[in-house]
Amino acid sequence: MRSLRSPLARVLGSGSAKEGVHHWWAQRLTSVALVPLGVWFVVSLLSLPALDHATVAAWIGHLWTAVFLILLVLAGAWHSQLGVRVVVEDYVHGSGAKALTLALVTFFHVIVAVAGVLAILRIALGGAS
Amino acid sequence: MTQRPLSPHLGVYRMYRYTLLTSILNRATGLVLSAGLILLVYWLVAIASGAEAYRGARQLLSLGVLKAVYLVLLATFAYHLVAGLRHLIWDTGHGLEREQAKRSAALVVIASILLFVGLAWWALHAGTHTS
Repeated sequence: MRSLRSPLARVLGSGSAKEGVHHWWAQRLTSVALVPLGVWFVVSLLSLPALDHATVAAWIGHLWTAVFLILLVLAGAWHSQLGVRVVVEDYVHGSGAKALTLALVTFFHVIVAVAGVLAILRIALGGAS
Repeated sequence: MTQRPLSPHLGVYRMYRYTLLTSILNRATGLVLSAGLILLVYWLVAIASGAEAYRGARQLLSLGVLKAVYLVLLATFAYHLVAGLRHLIWDTGHGLEREQAKRSAALVVIASILLFVGLAWWALHAGTHTS
């Protein structure tokens, strides 16, 4: 059967349903993870007796705090990148501007994720005194 | 060249529709939480930079104006969480009938307001964070 996709769409790699499923699935997976992680983070933060350096560094120094915080930053950054991507695709017009914005958005999210994870590791491993 | 309509086509939507309102709010709160993620990482990097560097960052982070920002973040967190749960339930194929969606839209608004009020009360009264 003749494909209904135009040759241009085929060359640009757009229009196939097979790609979009990954975005959809990753968005659901990260949102399911972020429900407990988000609730845990807000509750923990509000439960901290104080926010001075010693208290927060000791809190992040606990193994499971560091584990959940890293997961929160990674899932949060991934979920955010997927969400902001859709907003850019909807509202930034012109393929050049769109591609450039999407690249910047992705780079920025990677920077945020790497900086967050490294900071948590440094605190958890005792290098933040 | 023909002028084809672009989507999203804000001019023709009826903004007061509950479907549109709950949807656009979910998107808007998501964007605000993306900014919140930057704030979270800034805080983590400040802690990781040592006690001296953290003192300076904390002075900045405890500015009076930022209290309003934290309350906005709590509100957006509450809404995005509850509205996101509604989306996850929809993904299982439940609650998609018009009457059910209308009811769940009201439920999302009420539940997120209650959650926000509870969290805000906790943040403002129960915590010792003001110090």
